Amino acid sequence: MTSAVGSRTLLDALEEVRDPELDEPITTLGFVASASLSSDGHAAVHLRLPTYFCAPNFAYLMVADAYDAVSTVDGVRRAEVVLDDHFAADAINEGVAARAGFVASFQGEAVDELDSLRADFLRKAVLAGTDLVCRPLVDAGSSPAALAAMTLGEVPRSPALDRLRRRRTELGLPASDEAPLLVDPASGAAVGDAAVPLHLRKARLTRTSLDANTGICRGMLRHRYGVEDR
Amino acid sequence: MYEKDGEKYFVVDSHMHYWQAGPETWVPGAEHYAKGWIECFHAYQGLAPAETHWPIEKFMSYTEDDLMKDVFQNGYVDVAVFQPTYLTEWYKDGFNTTERNAALGEKHPGKFIANTRWDPREGEDGLKKLAENVERYGSKGVKLYTAEWREGSRGWTLKDPAAYKYLEACRDLGIVNIHVHKGPTIWPLDKDAFDVSDIDHAATDFPELNFIVEHVGLPRIEDFCFMATQEPNVYAGLSVVIGGLMHARPKFFAKVMGELLFWVGEDKMTFGSDYGIWEPKWQVEGFVDWDYPSDEFSDYPRVTTATKKKILGLNAAKLYGIEVPAEFQLDSGEGTPAAREDAALVESQ
Repeated sequence: MTSAVGSRTLLDALEEVRDPELDEPITTLGFVASASLSSDGHAAVHLRLPTYFCAPNFAYLMVADAYDAVSTVDGVRRAEVVLDDHFAADAINEGVAARAGFVASFQGEAVDELDSLRADFLRKAVLAGTDLVCRPLVDAGSSPAALAAMTLGEVPRSPALDRLRRRRTELGLPASDEAPLLVDPASGAAVGDAAVPLHLRKARLTRTSLDANTGICRGMLRHRYGVEDR
Repeated sequence: MYEKDGEKYFVVDSHMHYWQAGPETWVPGAEHYAKGWIECFHAYQGLAPAETHWPIEKFMSYTEDDLMKDVFQNGYVDVAVFQPTYLTEWYKDGFNTTERNAALGEKHPGKFIANTRWDPREGEDGLKKLAENVERYGSKGVKLYTAEWREGSRGWTLKDPAAYKYLEACRDLGIVNIHVHKGPTIWPLDKDAFDVSDIDHAATDFPELNFIVEHVGLPRIEDFCFMATQEPNVYAGLSVVIGGLMHARPKFFAKVMGELLFWVGEDKMTFGSDYGIWEPKWQVEGFVDWDYPSDEFSDYPRVTTATKKKILGLNAAKLYGIEVPAEFQLDSGEGTPAAREDAALVESQ
């Protein structure tokens, strides 16, 4: 028996799981095929991806993150997360269930865990998020010098700003009210006046790249499963 | 050739295929890979206009007649460049090999350019094979897959000394165009197969070779652009960009094109249909009609008729030494090279 209340809570938890490359929740991307919680505390989640050959490293991260997220939900005694229709599904599902880690799950085929890959994509998310936050400021006439001098606390509150601060926090970059709005996503150093135009160009390009990639993934998922994304 | 509003476009399809992938070609024991691969390609076709979709049976095994009709008769293409993909571990005779492509090309003189491939891990034997292919098929270009897994080796990079030997061989054999696949891949599992920094090194050390990055490093367009803007001999291969985005995601297509025109410039972008994934007809027609959809794009470089003529054929014709009749050439002074000042902007950082 499954409870609707239970699965709602599971979906809330799964909303915190992002595609590390696209920086979007797997729930809005349509990657959660089903989620249910039985009365004896068995959480069963099925994930699906846009293609049979989606990168196994990212697939592994999402399945592992989903497992962790679901395990923290009240009333869950046993979590089961299953990736469907993927060439490496067996290795990923078994590896995550055994909490084995990526390298052990792909014995002989992988030599690195995925932390640095995840950090690379967080840095891209910070750059893309910078465009989202700065675009309205630039459109309203803020000069490069003004943007270089601005702190996060001086930017009007918005969901995009909150998200940028969360991504910066995850990376260990300064994210307080006093922190500069523009920082180098690798070093955390403030961006000087002269470097602002190029920094913003790069931020816009990074966001375009991410958006285009997300667009292709959504289109493929829709084709594969006949579902509408949202 | 394509004609619209009194303008004539010479069309070079610089990235297309003639594959065979029906169940009878699958290697026993690897059927799920072979099937999964072609189904994955077929899903990409879903991003095209619905009336151009094919049933999976045709998609697996389209014929010579289909290709000649779709690409040349209906698709406006003047010259098409075959880019081979071997995948012999999944498909008995290979997915689309230099030999199969060239055999078709020989039946239609002047229509095709048959590129070949190499892999630096094949050592001296591979160098010999490369020289043979150049002699036999007149290849002037190669398609490379740096992320390919091979007998325990986890991919390779253009920076490897072994790869430099092959690049030197290309130079000596008269190969001028190095198409590098930087895009979706399967193995190696834990590396970023989209990393384009190796192209930066090779392009600097081999200024006489052209490096065409197919699929513009999608999904890492930003890494590709930062690199390409600083290297005069690095090109953006638009396969997948037009086919995958123009119809399905027009707004993102406009942004991607705007960025590429800004960072790379209209002189270094080449059309490729990626046939049989997508037919060239709708791509050529749509691209000639295309412009930015709104004022939101006003700070991207402008798109002119000259821009489109270069991208659809003139740029690739130059790379491959294809003779273009005068009626398709730009008038003198038409078409301003973009991205030069912007490259300076990046380099000054």
